[in-house]
Amino acid sequence: MTDPTGDRTPLERAVVIGASAGGVQALSSILAALPAHYPHPILIVLHVPQRSDSLLVELMRPKCGMIVKEAEDKEMLRQGTVYFAPPGYHLLMEQTMTVALSTDEPVNFSRPAIDVLFETAADALGPDVTGVILTGANHDGAQGLCAIGAAGGTAIVQDPSEAEMPTMPRAALEACPSARSLRIDAIVQALLREAA
Amino acid sequence: MANSTDDHEIQLLLEDLFQHYHYDFRLYARASIKRRLLQARVQLGFGSIAEIRSAVLRDATLLPRLLDFLTVQVSEMFRDPSYFRALREQVIPHLRTYPSLKVWVAGCSNGEELYSLAILFHEEGLARKTMFYATDINPTALKAAQAAVYPLDRVRQFTENHQQSGARSSLSDYYTADYGRAVFDRSLGSQIVFSDHSLVTDAAFGEMHLISCRNVLIYFDRDLQDRAIGLFRESLARRGFLGLGSKESLRFSAHADAFGAFVGKEKIYQRIGA
Ligand SMILES: C[S@@+](CC[C@H](N)C(=O)[O-])C[C@H]1O[C@@H](n2cnc3c(N)ncnc32)[C@H](O)[C@@H]1O
Repeated sequence: MTDPTGDRTPLERAVVIGASAGGVQALSSILAALPAHYPHPILIVLHVPQRSDSLLVELMRPKCGMIVKEAEDKEMLRQGTVYFAPPGYHLLMEQTMTVALSTDEPVNFSRPAIDVLFETAADALGPDVTGVILTGANHDGAQGLCAIGAAGGTAIVQDPSEAEMPTMPRAALEACPSARSLRIDAIVQALLREAA
Repeated sequence: MANSTDDHEIQLLLEDLFQHYHYDFRLYARASIKRRLLQARVQLGFGSIAEIRSAVLRDATLLPRLLDFLTVQVSEMFRDPSYFRALREQVIPHLRTYPSLKVWVAGCSNGEELYSLAILFHEEGLARKTMFYATDINPTALKAAQAAVYPLDRVRQFTENHQQSGARSSLSDYYTADYGRAVFDRSLGSQIVFSDHSLVTDAAFGEMHLISCRNVLIYFDRDLQDRAIGLFRESLARRGFLGLGSKESLRFSAHADAFGAFVGKEKIYQRIGA
């Protein structure tokens, strides 16, 4: 596949982020702090009502230097691009550095589910993935982060004391003891270091 | 790192299923297949994918249970009501002009999409001149589709969707409630032919005026999607219609030129040219 940006560096890493209640705010702060040429693709599952049209992309685009789009079935991942899971579909990462969508049953009552993205990312990239769990009022993402940790990837959780909803960060920390608990500004620093 | 033992065993299992049973999942989107096979391993009580492999070769009765993991039967009646509304408002007026109609629901699962179309055609007064062809590769799903019985607790969602599709009747006109189940009217099925047909390994069948194939292609890789789209191209009558799922499109297909976007937003295409 040809790359319109002329940039053909093979991708080596990806960042996956999961967020739920309170997530828009937390995500905005992170995405706004990353440069347009951030070298890794960022894949995001944010829980939103199933039937809502995806306003998320519209909401995030002006805040973020990177390209922001809804993930399309079987598209090739690119650097400098943020991909949101569309409402009502799971987002999966393939070993071929493409993404796939599916209408499999909800996981943890959610579709998209953070666990599905994180587990497939761990499978596809092993140590070369960073998973970040942000604020939320459920337990989605805990298993997935655990899979990332077990595969040698980098596991990060928003500090529960800072999170608008601490339940999801706490569950993730419990499931994945190797995860680092960081405040938003420290999460940004960690992601920037990976870009260096 | 990807667990390469599992990956290797999955590849062998898929090869075996094709060689021995002619079910071809080799070019399905792999991440989803892998997730579901790992679930099958746990839920069917096997220690490894290799064990599933030898068991299914020994015992063909395991096959249908494995197919329930390899295929995904998640659906709703009038799923994405705006799709059905677009069919009703924009496609039906064209279909009215034909003396008889053929509609193919490919990947019909347990029949939710099929009966949605049957009810819509009934409401629009086209039912009597329409033949429906409902196909799937999962025999259990085809049987359920033929039975047309759904748990009553799902019907509330179906009803809401139906109303949003621009309904001209009440969904309750089409079923009777019975011990927590909604049993859909037998007469809806009188013009439906059910058959086992794979978009991967079987041939085109012809002169359809409308093909509705939703949320099946997303389970395929791009080459396989293209094969299926080629089948649809061959199976459509001149100026026939093709409806896909909300996240499926012809944009990346080698057959894109043979179709025009008819209601682009709803992924409804019309066959054009040769
Ligand atoms: C997620 S369901 C879609 C149900 C319905 N069309 C909808 O959109 O709600 C996918 C269906 O495709 C069927 N399927 C999978 N592979 C197929 C193939 N090669 N040919 C035909 N149907 C297939 C599965 O058995 C399943 O019933």
